[in-house]
Amino acid sequence: MSAVTDTRHEGVERGWARGAILFAGMAALLAITGATMSWNVALTVLNMGLVSGIMALGVNLQWGFAGLFNIGVMGFLALGGLACVLVAMPPTGEAWAAGGLRLMAGLALGAGTVVAAVLLWGRMSPGRARTLAMLAVLVGGFFLYRAVLDPAVAAVESVDSASTGYLGGLGLPILLAWPVGGLVAAGGAWIIGKIAPGLRSDYLAIATLGIAEIIIAILKNEDWLARGVKNVSGLPRPVPLEVDLQASQGFVDRAASLGLDPVTASTLWVKGLYGLLFAAVLLILLWLAQMALNSPWGRMMRAIRDNEVAAEAMGKDVTRRHLQIFILGSAILGIAGAMMTTLDGQLTPGTYQPLRFTFLIWVMVIVGGSGNNFGAVLGGMLIWWLWVMVEPMGLWLMGAITAPMPDGLWLKDHLQDAAAHMRLLTMGLVLLLVLRFSPRGLLPER
Amino acid sequence: MELLNALVALANYVVIPAVAYGSQLALGALGVTLVYGILRFSNFAHGDTMAFGTTIAIFFTWAFQGLGVTLGPLPTALLALPLGIAGCALFVLGTDKVIYRFYRRQRAAPVILVIVSMGVMFVMNGVVRFMIGVDDQNFADGARFVIDARSFRDATGLDEPLVLRLPTLITLVTAAIAVALLFWFLNRTRTGKSMRAFSDNEDLALLSGINPERVVMVTWIIVAALATTAGVLYGLEKSFKPFVYFQLLLPIFASAIVGGLGNPVGAVVGGFVIAFSEVGITYAWKKVLEYLAPTEALEPSGLVQLLSTDYKFAVSFAILILVLLFRPTGLFKGQSV
Repeated sequence: MSAVTDTRHEGVERGWARGAILFAGMAALLAITGATMSWNVALTVLNMGLVSGIMALGVNLQWGFAGLFNIGVMGFLALGGLACVLVAMPPTGEAWAAGGLRLMAGLALGAGTVVAAVLLWGRMSPGRARTLAMLAVLVGGFFLYRAVLDPAVAAVESVDSASTGYLGGLGLPILLAWPVGGLVAAGGAWIIGKIAPGLRSDYLAIATLGIAEIIIAILKNEDWLARGVKNVSGLPRPVPLEVDLQASQGFVDRAASLGLDPVTASTLWVKGLYGLLFAAVLLILLWLAQMALNSPWGRMMRAIRDNEVAAEAMGKDVTRRHLQIFILGSAILGIAGAMMTTLDGQLTPGTYQPLRFTFLIWVMVIVGGSGNNFGAVLGGMLIWWLWVMVEPMGLWLMGAITAPMPDGLWLKDHLQDAAAHMRLLTMGLVLLLVLRFSPRGLLPER
Repeated sequence: MELLNALVALANYVVIPAVAYGSQLALGALGVTLVYGILRFSNFAHGDTMAFGTTIAIFFTWAFQGLGVTLGPLPTALLALPLGIAGCALFVLGTDKVIYRFYRRQRAAPVILVIVSMGVMFVMNGVVRFMIGVDDQNFADGARFVIDARSFRDATGLDEPLVLRLPTLITLVTAAIAVALLFWFLNRTRTGKSMRAFSDNEDLALLSGINPERVVMVTWIIVAALATTAGVLYGLEKSFKPFVYFQLLLPIFASAIVGGLGNPVGAVVGGFVIAFSEVGITYAWKKVLEYLAPTEALEPSGLVQLLSTDYKFAVSFAILILVLLFRPTGLFKGQSV
């Protein structure tokens, strides 16, 4: 008995040592980036790396804890981004006057139709009458919904469409958008979990992939909601503007005493503030995830993941638990999405692409170590660093390869252009190599 | 006359585009469903396999065009298609040897293979961008129309034009030939029968002396042929853009799942179900309804478009969910996950 405890104890300690070394290595990578390129670049990478760490934490909760295969990450991040617009942008009074209430009525009608159809399906006895009644409700409801909604949408979108043309938000502080983003994403996950109950592996994957595409399609096309592809820019910021700092005498003096010019100092200061905010959120979520992992609830989730049938035989409600963790993980993704949009200062639905916002997050989780929260965070920061650095490294490599070639040779131009596409190739290779030679990731599950 | 006009408009804007798109989806879904049936995982790299095969075919098309070799009125790409298939097959067999075989030997869980195919997807996506870039490529040449609007109007005296583009006709004919060949192969040849046996019951197939490596090899070659054909036809009929091929993954998977994963007949039917729904729901029915309405008063005032075309993904997805809810193994009996 004591021997077993001893080896386990040693294993845990080795795990800690390994984690500490790897995180120190990550810090060293960022420090080298800062020293050789610039500290601004290093801080930019660090900030997005922290957000990526949170994204990986969310996916790890679903995949590493419960074995749920969610490849709709992009959609939940976009919902978080939408929350930023809905919470922080000032409301467009004119648009609300033009058709806001009618629009809300239309949406309520649409939701009511769906609820009515679902209730009907549950209440009536099976048979042809039920099918026909449900179809009648759905088709009738759809045309009614469009009849109410369409004029309202046209009215809202015609209000000064060059600068607004949408309903706007609530005009609240943007930090509030982070938890709200989590709630919106959780709501989305609840709906998905309800229409796709008990969907397993491949089917859940395709379902989430489809839903993410639909969320992006809605964001791109429903201009009344968040201006579609015209983007919402100029989101309020949780930190001061650089130009304000440069105008403040106190800040300029302090920068001068450190030997920095005001422009560099202000950008570093702002990025540092973002970094502190993100690190705080990351630490809180990491602590919560660790608590959850080591609680009876976490042990139950892993038991379900490892043997669903046995867990079910022990009286665990597998479908409910799956729904629960799907919602929790998606909420974390929503928070991360809101943080990312806050950092960008704008919502640009056209830039959401599955390779970057879904599959890359998966690479982070697998490389970091699925089932290990610290691993996921490490993977998020490391893969993000690599994603940013591959392009300059590829350019340098191509430059070295093509240096002996004469100028104007088609191959030289082709190779130099191709450096831009090195990213996807590298990410694929990293994922395949890790899966082959270290399938449990850098920081394996204990 | 009004009725004829309505029928022509329907054929021109709904039936012909949907049949062409449906054939392309069917070929894509057949590839997905074969990998699922034989290798037992959902291949996320399939869209990029299509893009890779098409890229090779485009390079050969350009080479033939440069040499002055053409097929007259037919697009040169048809001449390059076998070479594209060969290139794609070599690449796919290489991936299997270097990557997938290791996990097959280990008897890894299907979901691990799916994640592996995500890695392959990244690599292939990168390779395609590396070779041909990210821009639109137009490689169609030869005659453009079989039936053009003016000659149809002159010949029939109808108000509505009917247009049949040559690439559309080629899509239909090639897809029909490919599907016929595939079913002949699966049902009539020894190798095809061994593939079906392997798909139905792996252990029993192994017991009766079927060589699994050979089955897997033949499967990959067929998948490469189907994917390249689907990709070239899609590129000829619409245009080639690597990112669009990646996005085709969703309707292709929807087709395969709606038909029943692992079932070839289901994949073909699923392709047409998805294509007709996408085109039908995003088409503005105003014109057809105007011809059909008996009086002016009953003519529709709006476009009668159920959803804007940007929501076509939503359509494939909604059908997918409906089928999964009411017939979890698809319209035809597929393997359940």
